[in-house]
Amino acid sequence: MKRFAFVAAFILTAVAVSAPSSAQPQSDRLILAMALEPPHLDPTAGAAGAIDEILYANVFEGLTRVLANGAVAPALATSWTIAEDDLSATFMLREGVTFHDGSPFNAEVAKFALDRARADGAENAQPQLFAAIEDVVVDGPLQLTIRLSRPDGDLPYALAWGDAVMVHPDSAEANKQTPVGTGPFKFERWRRGDRVVLVRSDTYWGEKPALNTVEFAFIADPTVALAALLAGDVHAFPTFPTPESLPILEANTDYTVSIGTTEGETILAINSRKAPFDDIRVRRAISAAIDRQAVIDGAMYGTATPIGAHVPPHDPGYIDVTAVNAYDPSKAMALLEEAQVADLSVEIALPPPAYARRSGEIIAAQLREVGIDASVRPVEWAEWLSKVFRGKEFDLTIVAHTEPADVGIYARPDYYFATKDQVLKDALAALETEGDPNARMELLKTVQTRMADDAVNAFLFQLPKIGVWDARLTGLWQNAPLQANDVTGVSWSE
Amino acid sequence: MRLWWSALVLAVLLIGALVAAFWTPHAIDGVAIANRFASPSRQFPLGTDQYGRDTLSMLMAGGATSLGVAAAATIIGVGAGSVLGLMGVAFGGLGDGAVMRISDVVFAFPALIVAALLATAFGPGSINAVIAIGIFNIPVFARLSAASARRYFQLEFADAARLAGKSEVRIAAEHVAPNIAPIIATQAATQFAVAILAEAGLSYVGLGAQPPQVSWGRMLAESQTLVPIAPQLAIWPGIAITISVFAVTAFGETLRVRLDPRRTFEA
Amino acid sequence: MWRLKAFLKRVGVLAATLIGASLLIFLAMNVLPGDPAEVLLGMNASPEAIASLRAEMGLDRSLPLQFADFVGRALVGDFGVSATYGVPVIDLLAERASVSVPLAVLSVVLSVMFALPAGLYAATRRGRPADRAVEIGAQVGLSIPNVWLGLMLVFVFAVTLKIAPAGGFPGWGAGVLPALGALLLPAVSLAAPQAAILTRIVRAAVAEAMDEDYVALARAKGLSHAQAVRRHALANAWSPIVTIIGLQFGFLVAGAIVIETVFSLPGLGRLLFQGVAQRDLAVVQGVVLVLVATVIVVNSLCDAVADWRDPRRRAAIPPLASP
Repeated sequence: MKRFAFVAAFILTAVAVSAPSSAQPQSDRLILAMALEPPHLDPTAGAAGAIDEILYANVFEGLTRVLANGAVAPALATSWTIAEDDLSATFMLREGVTFHDGSPFNAEVAKFALDRARADGAENAQPQLFAAIEDVVVDGPLQLTIRLSRPDGDLPYALAWGDAVMVHPDSAEANKQTPVGTGPFKFERWRRGDRVVLVRSDTYWGEKPALNTVEFAFIADPTVALAALLAGDVHAFPTFPTPESLPILEANTDYTVSIGTTEGETILAINSRKAPFDDIRVRRAISAAIDRQAVIDGAMYGTATPIGAHVPPHDPGYIDVTAVNAYDPSKAMALLEEAQVADLSVEIALPPPAYARRSGEIIAAQLREVGIDASVRPVEWAEWLSKVFRGKEFDLTIVAHTEPADVGIYARPDYYFATKDQVLKDALAALETEGDPNARMELLKTVQTRMADDAVNAFLFQLPKIGVWDARLTGLWQNAPLQANDVTGVSWSE
Repeated sequence: MRLWWSALVLAVLLIGALVAAFWTPHAIDGVAIANRFASPSRQFPLGTDQYGRDTLSMLMAGGATSLGVAAAATIIGVGAGSVLGLMGVAFGGLGDGAVMRISDVVFAFPALIVAALLATAFGPGSINAVIAIGIFNIPVFARLSAASARRYFQLEFADAARLAGKSEVRIAAEHVAPNIAPIIATQAATQFAVAILAEAGLSYVGLGAQPPQVSWGRMLAESQTLVPIAPQLAIWPGIAITISVFAVTAFGETLRVRLDPRRTFEA
Repeated sequence: MWRLKAFLKRVGVLAATLIGASLLIFLAMNVLPGDPAEVLLGMNASPEAIASLRAEMGLDRSLPLQFADFVGRALVGDFGVSATYGVPVIDLLAERASVSVPLAVLSVVLSVMFALPAGLYAATRRGRPADRAVEIGAQVGLSIPNVWLGLMLVFVFAVTLKIAPAGGFPGWGAGVLPALGALLLPAVSLAAPQAAILTRIVRAAVAEAMDEDYVALARAKGLSHAQAVRRHALANAWSPIVTIIGLQFGFLVAGAIVIETVFSLPGLGRLLFQGVAQRDLAVVQGVVLVLVATVIVVNSLCDAVADWRDPRRRAAIPPLASP
């Protein structure tokens, strides 16, 4: 008899514990879900976008920052002036800023942070941001001059990246585990594999955020992502992993579905160092064999915008060059015949994200339609980085280049894809130093036309930022000018 | 009765898989986005999937992989395991002890962990799934064949064979092996069922079949985010796995009863 | 004396297994493509930065040296530092075990609690429709892939009925009840095949015992049929149950790895996959060692317990199984 009493007790307990699972949201608490967990929490020492998605603007701030609309704005620097000769910039720093551990922020700290980020052998993932910096000089407690080896029109923008945020000499080394910044939220705890919790900082210099607690929960499984949202376990999924689930969420008025832009140009990169991809006709044939709209419909469920070059459609300098390599299977076959490559067999290396794996299956089928024997090979990121990206052992690969304003990669001689087009190279070189906005616009147009014309890569689509959140939430970013979840302006409305 | 229907289902599954290795009603390497999520029709009896491919053809091709991997892994287990177990007993003493100890060691590695290690070293794939499940099957058959073989080596016919000058290895091959074959066969059916489930689990977590290869586990994994809009895509492979495992196990159970009436322990 | 010897033998086998296992794992980890340092720093990092991180992580030493170092440290519970998280692996293991161990225990408890009454019920109605129903039910339970069961449970209980969380783990800090609630659906998915196997074992053991003379004797002494069954037949079922739990423990561990993925639980299985994907050698080695060691220890323990309960039991129970 005892046994059955035990069974009954257990069942009652089970019912009791499972009942209150979707608690009413508290007005100052936000649970925000992310697909990937960061390896550590120091934005200045790693490439993982997930680091910035937790810490950028929330915990760490730079001298400048990027706003939701992509504009560069003052942050820990209140203003700056560029010298006449374009070879130095002077920054006035904000007064009364302290780190979460109480250490003050000043010009010495700023110099330390910049020197640390740009040092030889530093773990910084974006050394090109600091490439033009000659040295950093402290002019006074709150004044700093950055001297440049060449004009760099993008300096205020470069300093707004998560890789250039301000860290204190006393806490910098421990930031990977216990990040200490100057932002409106301070780090509370990190339960690995589960979530990072931030709480409001009482010592913040600026306007205090409405939220008191923000939890970043890691939900790697796409099915759980949808279920967790529907069950109310999480309030927001700013980068929702499964576009196929959107119809259900859009039909439900409890949720806001927002399809915004990112800086992620998704391309089918072509290894033009290798025959027969060094033949422009083969590259053009590959581009013409791809039906971008079918790829977008099949892989992204229609949520993405097609691109014809490596510049996002929301960029002021964007021009539509998708027609240059429009879908034309007969043209593709004719080009292949002209190039005399019969029985061309190619392998498409596919890194883990769903956009790559899904697009890959569709593109392989489209290439087979024009007589190219295409196969796919799924790879993990580690192998992709070592074999494809550094080893350049690949035919084709699909990846989204998520860094903002990154056309410069087409000028790198040792990059995993490369162009021989001299006009393109010259335009890119000129863009590097050109300060005049109109001239930059013209150069960017040339760049896009030449990229499409040379068919450096097959340009597929701009990765969308699919955000889904509780309809009562306001203030989440619609677009992603950089990978970040700035929650400082988020609040619950009734 | 049970023998007949389970054998029939099993035959249909195996023939379907065998056919699919060479031919499917529709091509499975083409995509037709415009025709995705189609309802069942005369042309597509089970409808189409998220890429507009015929679900029936996908199920058949998936069965070829899933059942093929499971069968290969079982054969590895039966082959290597029975030989090891028999030889261990034939050589007796140290040989027996060594085989049993190694079996204990290997048995502590679940197939999933072996697959994870293989995938880390060589990348995931069906071959690695076969090896992982096969490795895990070896100690099962080694233990079983040794346990069943021991008493036969002590029976009169073994002594007679020894007097006739036959070696222990020959006795094992000529006299013991035929006697333990029924037990091995019934266990093979059980392990085949286990292997089907293992393959599904491995492919589901990404350690088994890789695109463009289709398998039931991969179909489950790929369709799970589609459950709210196209539940049939997740339900079909689930049913295929369940029916296969059910039929194989039922067949094995019937065999067990028929071939070895003394073993009533589980019947 | 004999007992001590047997005990020492078991311990010796355990130690040898662990060393063999760690060597296999170590070798597997060192022929793989991909460099953990590179993964951490991403696409724009300089070669110097990668080299300095490699040195920091100890990846520039010779293989035998790395292995000897690993074994030596493992003996004192030091599994190294996770390359991705930058914290000691032992801390990660402890953190994750606080999810995986309760999950495993809960599913064993659930499966026994289901199997005992179901097996008993079937055994007392042998050959009747109820018995057949239990048998078919057990067969179906064994045939359903637990991944699929997990998915279906999520959509029924979490998405449609909204009475259970869909996945994730609030942590024991959030209270015992919410934590148990998060483990309930995963434990049910994991318990289903175990419950099916155990039901059949209980049914067979009880049925066998009921045929024995002592049950008839007990009835003759005036005990009711139900009492006789409970006192004697059920007692007979414990030994095979313990044996099967021991034999099945490896499957439970493997199943838990998959189920943790389905439900996004931060357990040891998820840690293993993260380690594999990130090429985090220390983590993979640590997790596999811990899982394999647990399987061996539980196996031996169940074996010893079953031996003690019923020394005659050597009726070679074949490893019925689900992955």
